[in-house]
Amino acid sequence: MAEAISLNLISGRTIQQGVAMEGGKEKPAYTEACGIIELDPADFKALGVYRNTNVLVTSDYGSVVVKAIEATQGPHPGLAYIPMGPWANAVVNPNTYGMGMPTFKGTPIQVSIATNEPVLSSVALVQKLVKE
Amino acid sequence: MAKTVTDVICPFCGTLCDDLEVQVSDDGTKILEVYNACAIGAEKFLHSQAKDRITRPRMQQEDGSYKEVSYDDAVEYTAQMLAKAKKPLMYGWSSTSCEAQSVGHELAEAVGGVVDNTATVCHGSSLIAIQDVGIPSCTLGEVKNRADLVVFWGCNPSHAHPRHLSRYSIFPRGFFTGKGHKGRKMIVVDPRNTDTMKMADVGLQLEQGRDYELLSALRVAFRGEDLPDVVAGIPKERIYEAAEMMKNARFGVIFFGMGVTQSLGKNHNIDIAIMVTKDLNEFTKFSIIAMRGHYNVTGSGAVLGWQFGFPFATDLSRGFARYNPGETTSNDLLRRDECDAVFVLGSDPGAHFPISSVKKIAHLPSVAVDPHITPTTEISKLHVPVAFVGVEVGGCCYRMDNVPIESRKVVEPPEGMMTDTDFLARVRDRVVELKAQAPVGTQSTAEAQGA
Repeated sequence: MAEAISLNLISGRTIQQGVAMEGGKEKPAYTEACGIIELDPADFKALGVYRNTNVLVTSDYGSVVVKAIEATQGPHPGLAYIPMGPWANAVVNPNTYGMGMPTFKGTPIQVSIATNEPVLSSVALVQKLVKE
Repeated sequence: MAKTVTDVICPFCGTLCDDLEVQVSDDGTKILEVYNACAIGAEKFLHSQAKDRITRPRMQQEDGSYKEVSYDDAVEYTAQMLAKAKKPLMYGWSSTSCEAQSVGHELAEAVGGVVDNTATVCHGSSLIAIQDVGIPSCTLGEVKNRADLVVFWGCNPSHAHPRHLSRYSIFPRGFFTGKGHKGRKMIVVDPRNTDTMKMADVGLQLEQGRDYELLSALRVAFRGEDLPDVVAGIPKERIYEAAEMMKNARFGVIFFGMGVTQSLGKNHNIDIAIMVTKDLNEFTKFSIIAMRGHYNVTGSGAVLGWQFGFPFATDLSRGFARYNPGETTSNDLLRRDECDAVFVLGSDPGAHFPISSVKKIAHLPSVAVDPHITPTTEISKLHVPVAFVGVEVGGCCYRMDNVPIESRKVVEPPEGMMTDTDFLARVRDRVVELKAQAPVGTQSTAEAQGA
């Protein structure tokens, strides 16, 4: 069991993300679909945490609280997945390296336990982060 | 009795399914049921009927809350903001019709804005690569009728383009592909064992961000040269196996997505994917197609292309069109504080841009035109709700393979709601008025008045 584990983060679409997005980004279903991080069973073990626990994800570019769930399209040890949305974008590497595209995939992150921290809704999260 | 509208176009993803059937109430105001659509497409049609839908513009107040204003006020605010700005960023354009895009470009020309579409965070890398090395491509109809080998590289259509496999790429029986999926081989390359990969004949679960190496290794394998034992986490035997399958296809196609465009290497990943396709044409017939996301991002690129010569990131602030990805792209402009107002239409940068860019939008004069409530509308100074294109108003859209398809109006929008095109046209006309009033050598009367 570790205080925090280091992983490589990617993001992308899921069908739940698509449905929840079209159903309304201000609704709880969107938070349930995208305010998550998919971790491999091996990484759950390394972190020493149960499934469906809230975790703090930190990168050089920001931090966000999301719910850790078991990888739905694994195994992918060492790789973490947050569906495309404001939770992923709170921590992704924004550098475009001179060609326009932020580096949405392949951000080094630290994941630590944050059992008592809430996962904010998309609107609340963005409104909070833009004030920081 | 309800009536059924047939051959409806789905305004969600670039697959642009054109076989939906929508049951509407007799008075044409309510959608009762949606047939043939995927879960996402059906939700898009049904959500347009939500009781809590915003139907009038809202202006942000001092305390951050929103107050309803009239469309007239919204047009005036938007026109003043754009006329006053030196270099407004006009972003989005992918969830609207080509007609609206065209009016938007007239507005952008009038105010000297930067027009950028969602390709900037999606297939912008691919567009750069296509300009660098060209693209041997085909339509989805050809894929359906001819392809016997399909490669999905860094894309997961089971989730992102749910009906792509059943309509075009894997399952349909076409003219020369009478056996449907039994006659097709499927190769999937992804860092995760995705739901698409689980269906594949060959799944190559590569190390994340090593796409360039693996594509390069395939080019080596095509030539029968030696490979290291392992490339990008894939044993060389499996690379040779995949290379042989690709060479022996009668008609192959590579579909690629964000796995390659958003990982390091970016446009160079696409360069080499296109070169792989070129190499394969030495042995057989091979094509490559980008899995475009929004239903009309391809249309935005097309309209920008024929009007200004560039597919995205087009800067009109100097009075002529300039294009320089890395400088005129939205995230670079925002992060370097190089734009002084933000106009968003048909996209949600608040949710889909890195937070450092979103912060900049929140602190600039900003207008978001979107039927939904989104993180963008909730940080913008003004939110203008409009009718849903493809549901409540028709218009031209381009499928991911550059085939234009006319979308259909299915129901009436809520009473008094404007469409994208109407709103843009009114703002454009007002901007022209403001600019005409401005004395020579000044920005506008709006600025003189301190608006």
